[in-house]
Amino acid sequence: MNVSSVKGSMSISSSTSTWKAGDTISDQFPAGLRVLVVDDDPTCLMILEKMLIACLYKVTKCNRAETALSKLRENKNGYDIVLSDVHMPDMDGFKLLEHIGLEMDLPVIMMSADDGKQVVMKGVTHGACDYLIKPVRIEALKNIWQHVVRKRKNEWKEFEQSGSVEEGDRQPKQSDDADYSSSANEGNWKGSKKRKDEEEETDERDDTSTLKKPRVVWSVELHQQFVAAVNQLGIDKAVPKKILELMNVPGLTRENVASHLQKYRLYLRRLSGVSQHQSNLSTIISAQDPTFGSLSSLSGLDLQTLAATGQLPAQSLARLQAAGLGRATAKSGIPITLVDQRNIFSFENPKLRFGEGQQQHMTNKQQVNLLHGIPTTMEPKQLVSLRHAAQSIGNMNMQVPPHGAQNSQNNPLLMQMGQQQQQSRGQILVDSTINHAPRLSSSMGQPILSNGIATNVSSRNGIPENIRAPGYSQTPSMLNFPVNHASELPGNSFALGSTPGVSILTSKGAFQEDVNSEIKGSGGLMPSYDVFNDLNQHKPQSWELQNVGMAFDTSQHSNSLQGNLDLTQSALGQQGFSSGQMNGHNRSAAVANKAMFSTGDVKELGSAQNVNQHLNNLLVDNTIRVKSERVCDTSPANIFPDHFGQDDLMSALLKQQESVASSENEFDFDGYSMNNIPV
Amino acid sequence: MESKHVHEQIAAMRQSFFNEEVLNKNFSQLEQLEGKDNPNFVEEVFTMYLRDSIAFLETIEEAMKTIPIDSIKVDSILHQLKGSSASVGANKVLKEVNKTRQVLGKGNLERTKASILELRKEYDSFKAKLEPYFQLKQANSMAQEK
Repeated sequence: MNVSSVKGSMSISSSTSTWKAGDTISDQFPAGLRVLVVDDDPTCLMILEKMLIACLYKVTKCNRAETALSKLRENKNGYDIVLSDVHMPDMDGFKLLEHIGLEMDLPVIMMSADDGKQVVMKGVTHGACDYLIKPVRIEALKNIWQHVVRKRKNEWKEFEQSGSVEEGDRQPKQSDDADYSSSANEGNWKGSKKRKDEEEETDERDDTSTLKKPRVVWSVELHQQFVAAVNQLGIDKAVPKKILELMNVPGLTRENVASHLQKYRLYLRRLSGVSQHQSNLSTIISAQDPTFGSLSSLSGLDLQTLAATGQLPAQSLARLQAAGLGRATAKSGIPITLVDQRNIFSFENPKLRFGEGQQQHMTNKQQVNLLHGIPTTMEPKQLVSLRHAAQSIGNMNMQVPPHGAQNSQNNPLLMQMGQQQQQSRGQILVDSTINHAPRLSSSMGQPILSNGIATNVSSRNGIPENIRAPGYSQTPSMLNFPVNHASELPGNSFALGSTPGVSILTSKGAFQEDVNSEIKGSGGLMPSYDVFNDLNQHKPQSWELQNVGMAFDTSQHSNSLQGNLDLTQSALGQQGFSSGQMNGHNRSAAVANKAMFSTGDVKELGSAQNVNQHLNNLLVDNTIRVKSERVCDTSPANIFPDHFGQDDLMSALLKQQESVASSENEFDFDGYSMNNIPV
Repeated sequence: MESKHVHEQIAAMRQSFFNEEVLNKNFSQLEQLEGKDNPNFVEEVFTMYLRDSIAFLETIEEAMKTIPIDSIKVDSILHQLKGSSASVGANKVLKEVNKTRQVLGKGNLERTKASILELRKEYDSFKAKLEPYFQLKQANSMAQEK
């Protein structure tokens, strides 16, 4: 595909990482793996650095957690893996781990002289990929690349699952991917390819899915069903087989459920970890009960789809999710607040979005709202458990402001990027989203969306980064990527609230990417765990096609999505970005779908292509995403259409949405993103 | 000849460290990391280690004098000392650190103080042994360069 080639060049060249240069590096994988090591003890740091260099990795060392975080934030795609000490004076290693997981979704390995079971368990619950006991042996470091590959693979998997990318569809993508992979990570590629092969063989779904069936996109509805099933069985006892039976969804395979469950579990764990932060949010979320009511039914998935579909989704999703979360937990009381917030958002969001500083506030609000509105992946039942998470998310959102610094940064960036265009877009989006209200129940979503959109618009540029926000606010990101600002994130709300904004900053100018990224981010948030991962996993290749297809298909099932799509389209159309946006949406939708919704949302997005791209972007990897985004830098408007790789997606999307037009752009990213899965 | 002699001397010293368990296999790992690019890597690491650990020890000793003793702080420093000692392969020092942490954990102040004294002694002994070793190595390599 031309996309691939374009992407390949673009993506690879763009950024950052060593992988870019990729083509040559792939052969040497895991050499060149970009490691960030954090340890306050200079002796240990020195030794570790030396060991890592001996492993042929590219090492960056920090002796403070804050420094490490800022390094990661300013260069989202600059690192593949983080090694952190547990015991650090300025910030607890686990806290850093959480931050990284939420904001950047990079694999993190903890280290400590402590080998007590509790500590190790803590590492596990906080989401560490591994735990090394000091003194660290070089042999242990030689294998850390496996975590990077695994993560990528998982993302791909999600991708694939969501779409029927498998083989046929994937092929074009694969080739694209191949381009990327070669450059970037051989390891990743191999992993993903292998995976694909395996999937093809083992996954009965593949056969069916490859045909018309797009990969399994975890739409809001689907996710709700999933959550309901899990709740019924009990989170501990929930096994994929039983869940599958309970869900009784034709065409859904056990593998789909299994991987989704995995993500979900991680997500929950993370939520409980951050729940403290989010308590605030959760309350807000719960307040939104009424709103949620409608939303809740949507459950995160719907929201996602909505988000995915259009601008709305991101925000609304976030809201819904938030709401969903909130509801589950609090249902009472807060709903009102949420509602109010929403309203506020609706107007404010657009404005706020653009207003950098304000955004922060908004973001909070938005965040909160987002959560509310976004039942997203969190099903009501789950919500209870999620509540915790929601709270944490709430915190997150709230936190976002603190991170907000980032957001604000994002905002400005975003603003800069596409300010004008975006803004108009955002505005448009906002409007459209508002109109769409029906979708998400969207009232909630809308405000969010608008915010998201607005922000996205502007942030589009910056969005690429959003993608990073793993999981979090899908919604915001979805739509608006640009909105990385905290506000947007709300969708992501779960996680990172703050970081989402950061991601946006990337503002590459490639809106699409941003959008995608955002979408991803937002979409991803929800899932923050799985959905997102899934989306990511499915990545690019499958995405594009799948997402597109899915996006379109889902449109039917998720009204919201459609609405969003429309919005996005219309909104986008206006600007020229629209295409991009659409893409973004699509992407985001795609992403969101993947991440959060993964199921229906993507489809709706018509721009699904875009979304796919986004998703791909998002899913693929933050790093990748960023890359793709970078690629898109070319010109916001142009970016979209040019996205490479997206051809497949685009066609799929185009079918559904001719208006989407821009989705192509998004693909560019996607194409990129997918391939990007560098190590 | 002379360098050979010195070589042997250095080797003997090194071996004795292992025999006495002053150093453990982690030290060998460090040595493996040394290469042409960084011939003095091990020495640099040790210099850093010795410098930091003496600071840790002094902080601990100071903390032990305050009333009430901030055992959390002391434990935290011991934890750090544990990590770095383990990483450089300072075996006996590491053992003392672990012992001290254990005693501290049990809340026995007197025992803890005594243990810290032991730790300090071990550290001093360690330093006394390793420093001449590195000096010799340094002198030897310089001699060889000539």
